Amino acid sequence: MKSSIRIGSGAAWWGDRVEPAALNAEKGDLDYLCFETMAEATVSAAQVRARRDPSFPGYDTYLDDRMRAVLPACMKRGTKIITNQGWINPDAAAKRVVHWLNEFGFKGVKVASVNGSLITEHVLDLTDTILENGKPTSTLKSTLISAEAYLGAEPIVEALKAGAQIVITGRVADPSLFLAPMMYEFGWDPLDHAKLGQGNGIGHLMECGAQVTGGYFSDPGFKDVPQPWNFGFPIAEVTPDGTVVLTKVAGTGGAITARTVKEQMLYEVHDPANYLTPDVVVDFTTAKIEELGPDRVRVSNIGGKPRTPTFKVSMGCTEGFIGEDMFFYAGPGALRRAQLAKKVLEERFKIVKLEAEDIRIDYLGLNAIHGDATPAWAPEPYEVAVRVAARTKTREEAAKVGREVDGMAVSGIAHTGKRVPHQDRTREVIGVWSGLVDRTKVIPSVRYFES
Amino acid sequence: MKVKLQHVAHARSGDKGDTSNISVFAYAPEFYPLLKEQLTAERFKAYYAGAIKGLVTRYDVDNIEAMNFVCQGALGGGVSRSLCLDNYGKALSAAILGFEIDVPESLKSKLHGQQALG
Repeated sequence: MKSSIRIGSGAAWWGDRVEPAALNAEKGDLDYLCFETMAEATVSAAQVRARRDPSFPGYDTYLDDRMRAVLPACMKRGTKIITNQGWINPDAAAKRVVHWLNEFGFKGVKVASVNGSLITEHVLDLTDTILENGKPTSTLKSTLISAEAYLGAEPIVEALKAGAQIVITGRVADPSLFLAPMMYEFGWDPLDHAKLGQGNGIGHLMECGAQVTGGYFSDPGFKDVPQPWNFGFPIAEVTPDGTVVLTKVAGTGGAITARTVKEQMLYEVHDPANYLTPDVVVDFTTAKIEELGPDRVRVSNIGGKPRTPTFKVSMGCTEGFIGEDMFFYAGPGALRRAQLAKKVLEERFKIVKLEAEDIRIDYLGLNAIHGDATPAWAPEPYEVAVRVAARTKTREEAAKVGREVDGMAVSGIAHTGKRVPHQDRTREVIGVWSGLVDRTKVIPSVRYFES
Repeated sequence: MKVKLQHVAHARSGDKGDTSNISVFAYAPEFYPLLKEQLTAERFKAYYAGAIKGLVTRYDVDNIEAMNFVCQGALGGGVSRSLCLDNYGKALSAAILGFEIDVPESLKSKLHGQQALG
């Protein structure tokens, strides 16, 4: 057994930067490089796109960019890659990676695809209740686009045991992507909740990439980090006892400190003593964080409790459309003109009989971000954008928002600034609901490809 | 002395469905008891006024001197349904930094962002 392994982050979401992944591949001396590229609605959005656009292959649209950037260095070093870039078509993603391996001249590399998370056809039979509102899942029947279970680390471990150097999955819980190499290398049993708690706790610290190395952190004069334009993605040095030292490639910007680690520890966590994952229930309330030196922070003693008998399932549904646009005021009296513009829009929406479930008209620069939480002491801005959004049942209704903003150009208020109209300024809403399914009813499968 | 929370604590927000979790971290161990005493779940929700529509639950995380406020109904129905420009509520954590907190004069030198102290 190795005395420690080095696991690096390659992405924290679909739109993440690619350069730090390449740097981790080249200079991170990594045993594993893991990519997390999915948000809550990723799978449903991909299903909608696949229906409309037969040429869409169903995997991460940046798969080529990411793999071209890291494959040469990873293959040279022997760094294995684990990634959820398979989205709704892990097999096609695996074949595409084989294509790039062949292009680069790397022969005999085993690539695995993990399927089985998509359960759209059976989900209404497998789960009765919507967690968010307690209603029956049968109420989603007519609008359901896609449903996927959050798988754990076990199918990835299976692929690694079979000799895969690259593992591409669909929906897997984010921290499990990082837990899998620890289970494989250190021989952790899937029911060893003490070890798995530490492992998925570490995975949670890693899954958001730069958010633990100084990203989403710096605040000038309060929390400064060096070179916030040049963050390194994190590297976890994990030992078989489940302790980790978090670090990054020397010379990169940002910082790893007790503070950056604490902020990430609670990110998207509800009860810190009971963070539910498919593999284990993680307890962060026992964790110990120590700064060992610059950009070296040790985290130990994360707790673990037995896993639950269920997997979480996400159900994506079509829920209509949003129309949105904005226009601008500046100079003395900007706000009073914006206030009159809001009144004009409200009246014009009545004239065109806009049928909306909800309408929001804000003053960007004053209250568009914090809304009702904007304090009374907020100063009047010199520049203000009127930002308007409405949620509707049809795209035609949503398009009325942009059309009425167009009308503000010559039929509006003095000194109205406007953008050049672009497209119809609408987007589709895919609402996401959650449920729980018996874990024995979801059977993952692994396929293998070779360059 | 009364100061804005930004001098005493840092914060981060995360999203899950229509729930935002806003976590608050003491800059120094001496500040943590002040936070626990003064920044109750009730006051937290009141500070956000109508922006948080549902229940606010506070979890104390003593080992890292932090509190996690789990705020239901804070994201306009959920990230994809929200009409707010900041769909994920990633800027939502900044609002609480304006909350006024009472700090003993003896801890003045430990306050962060000394230049911004009025």
